[in-house]
Amino acid sequence: MTALAGTVRHARYVIGENPVTGLAFALFVLIVFVALVGPYIVPIDPLASDTVEALKSPSLRHWFGTDQLGRDIFSRVVVATRLDFGIAVWSVVLVFVMGGLAGVAAGFFGGWIDRIVGRVADTIMAFPLFVLAMGIVAALGNTVTNIVIATAIVNFPLYARVARAEANVRREAGFVEAARLSGNGDVRILAFQILPNVFPILVVQMSLTMGYAILNAAGLSFIGLGVRPPTPEWGIMVAEGAAFMVSGEWWIAFFPGLALMVAVFCFNLLGDGLRDIVDPRRRT
Amino acid sequence: MTPLLDVAELSKRFPVAASGSTLKNLRRRFTRAADEQSQVHAVDDVSFTIAKGETVGLVGESGCGKSTLVRALTRLLDPTAGSIRFSTRDLSLVPARDFAKDRDRGRIQMVFQDAGESINPRFTAFDAIADPVRRLKHLSGLALVETVDKAARQCGLPTELLGRYPHQLSGGQRARVGIARAIAVEPELLVLDEPTAALDVSVQVVILKLLARLKTELGMSYLFVSHDLSVVRLLCDRVLVMYLGKIVEAGPARAVFDYPLHPYTRALVAAVPRLDGIGLAKLRLSGEPMSPIDPDPNVCRFYGRCPRGADICRTQMPPLRRAAEGREVACHFAAGGA
Amino acid sequence: MTAVPALAVEDLSVEFRTRSGVVKALEHVSFAVGKGETLAIVGESGSGKSVTAYALMGILDPAGRITAGRAVLGGLDLISASASQLADVRGREIAMIFQNPRTALNPIRPVGRQIADVLMRHGNVPRVEAPARAVDLLRAVGITDPARRAKAYPFEMSGGMCQRVMIAIALAARPALLIADEPTTGLDVTTQAVIMDIIAELAGESGMATIFITHDLALAGQRADRVVVMHAGHVVENAATRALIARPSHPYTAELIAATPDSAASLDALASIPGSLPDLRRADLPPCRYSERCPRKVERCDAPLPRPALAEHFVACWNPL
Repeated sequence: MTALAGTVRHARYVIGENPVTGLAFALFVLIVFVALVGPYIVPIDPLASDTVEALKSPSLRHWFGTDQLGRDIFSRVVVATRLDFGIAVWSVVLVFVMGGLAGVAAGFFGGWIDRIVGRVADTIMAFPLFVLAMGIVAALGNTVTNIVIATAIVNFPLYARVARAEANVRREAGFVEAARLSGNGDVRILAFQILPNVFPILVVQMSLTMGYAILNAAGLSFIGLGVRPPTPEWGIMVAEGAAFMVSGEWWIAFFPGLALMVAVFCFNLLGDGLRDIVDPRRRT
Repeated sequence: MTPLLDVAELSKRFPVAASGSTLKNLRRRFTRAADEQSQVHAVDDVSFTIAKGETVGLVGESGCGKSTLVRALTRLLDPTAGSIRFSTRDLSLVPARDFAKDRDRGRIQMVFQDAGESINPRFTAFDAIADPVRRLKHLSGLALVETVDKAARQCGLPTELLGRYPHQLSGGQRARVGIARAIAVEPELLVLDEPTAALDVSVQVVILKLLARLKTELGMSYLFVSHDLSVVRLLCDRVLVMYLGKIVEAGPARAVFDYPLHPYTRALVAAVPRLDGIGLAKLRLSGEPMSPIDPDPNVCRFYGRCPRGADICRTQMPPLRRAAEGREVACHFAAGGA
Repeated sequence: MTAVPALAVEDLSVEFRTRSGVVKALEHVSFAVGKGETLAIVGESGSGKSVTAYALMGILDPAGRITAGRAVLGGLDLISASASQLADVRGREIAMIFQNPRTALNPIRPVGRQIADVLMRHGNVPRVEAPARAVDLLRAVGITDPARRAKAYPFEMSGGMCQRVMIAIALAARPALLIADEPTTGLDVTTQAVIMDIIAELAGESGMATIFITHDLALAGQRADRVVVMHAGHVVENAATRALIARPSHPYTAELIAATPDSAASLDALASIPGSLPDLRRADLPPCRYSERCPRKVERCDAPLPRPALAEHFVACWNPL
């Protein structure tokens, strides 16, 4: 049995056994698909305004209705997926590398590395996270890259702590001692013994923080930081639609909000399913 | 003849954050100098030798310092004092950090207590056995595969199981992987840390016989750590009995178990369950062992639990001294014999 | 055996549903234990010895199902009893101690308080008297300076002391039956001897029946009045200890004795048991689950086994030694 075939078979089992995980995976595939091809398949240009069609409720032509400038909300929600998902993915990848490596090194070596990583994490945790993210974007400049960096930084303590705890437990594990007896130095032990075992736990963490990262990005845009109109982005769209809620045009804020909710829901559910797949001990 | 391993006056102490109230600790931190910090005396002035081809048993209860001693010998830990002469070289001079790359690394190997826990769950059996061969014998390609296959065969592990992960193997098969990994680099001294503790009796027998066969085939010496005296009796030539960091009795395994000289050994032997039900003597140790933190160097470590306990026992630490032919005991009252 | 046993188990069968099929974990398990008697259930891993205990306590894994059988304790069938009846019986009539005492204790509550809790809930002890009674119990299980130790938390105690606390908790309500699942595995032999002494002494005082589950035949041989040997979910032999050790009738019992290190004078004399446990998910399991490993197999072994009648010396074998 090759490792890959085994993983695929196991993944199929996990999904089949747990319908909720299956649903989360299906949603995930849908989100990735929409993020990849969204801009090419939407029926109407998301930036094209048409004042005649402004503030129309959902219909066959405009599935999610139109906004105050007559732009098609369905197209805008679909196209926004790439931006929101992209910000989340890149910020999570960034924090996965930074926080994961820092935490594993802190847990494995202890001493001054541990103290520095710990203090940095404590300092970040001392701020209300969203306010910290606001501050970082405001200070670095109002760009998508800076949203990615800000989101990664506020998630840093979470990754560093999880990775530190897991590495610290495994530092004393029998297989680490066995590796020393086999002639492995610290660096090799870290790379080949500790990291592969901390990895699945961080992957679960990734899935959980993906949801938070999307919310964070949308939140920053909602208050006017980061992505600027008229770029389609869920947070901005909710912000723009909020004003029309009182006058009964609920769909402008509702559909981007729904997309946001579904994405966060999907990533949170995905975590548990992923852990079952990545962990070989759960395979039979 | 020089022994293969000659351990002399080996000690390992760990600093501790002393127990007791936080306030007391704080005060101690301010009033005491750093070098006066409380210490756990895990291994205290231990000396012994292992000859080439000899199997020496090391017994004692949990917390007696067996694991620390073993980790100092296998150079996973740096001892606080003393020497570890292997052949003619003092290995205690090489820091544990650097020993992974040392030329003598392959000559001392170890089989761990829980084979399941000592194999990386993400390594196949092949990877686990191949790791030391790659690192220490610098083999690769076909030579590597052949060496791993040979080690597996010697341990009775079918080569078709080599592609499996530890959780896909039975307890006995995992134990064989652990042994194959240790012998693949042809060590001269193999430390066996309770290698059969997690196994069923039927599997235990097979593994013990395998170990006995490998020893003669490969000409290794064994240090066999176990709490199971019945097993030690069957496998070992000589036995060391440890209590709270000190060796309290040493001698030929059979003689020590049949006629224990030290009161602790006597209690230990009496506590071993016997199939025939006899020997249920009411020789029980009362109370708990004394604290290993800063023990009084002039009080016998067994004082307080010892049924004998006289005045001399708390004014003078009994040294390990010759008792009968080939036997040593650390007790004021056991010089002549039982 | 006494005329009215404290617990009589008849025909107990348990199945587990797993991904890869139904595991027939226990089949027609029967035994009885009398008042004041100590019964050891001995077997290797996978023999079903722990499953038996869990089934009796009603704490089987959700995948497990009792498909048949009765277990009568003081007139109540534990298998068909309702959840509320069982909850009432557990702790008061039957108590259980586990292999790993530290995990079974509440880590953030002093041990004395944990004993007092059980006394108030199951032992009808008034709140004001409970702490003092808890200290008495700690003294009874041989803990020195019990008043001080009662205030200690589990992490401040050694494994042996934690197991003594577990025994004190188990015995707080003076149960009729104690089930001890590998109570001394992982403890030192010296501590094991003391713990087993305490259990025996307290059982003797109160006439409590004890079932203790172990993989160590030597320990069973030394401590039990009767021994039940299990293999692959079957009771293969059930006899008085002395008779079983001296004259084992089932080939597996004999092999098990010969494989116990204590029995042999040298390593060569130690016998190994050929073969391994059959896969309990198989549809074509032979009536005797040992027959495929058995050196004494005869034609009749393919016929259904003799049913475990509660004989003085029961052997599930057509060709016993």
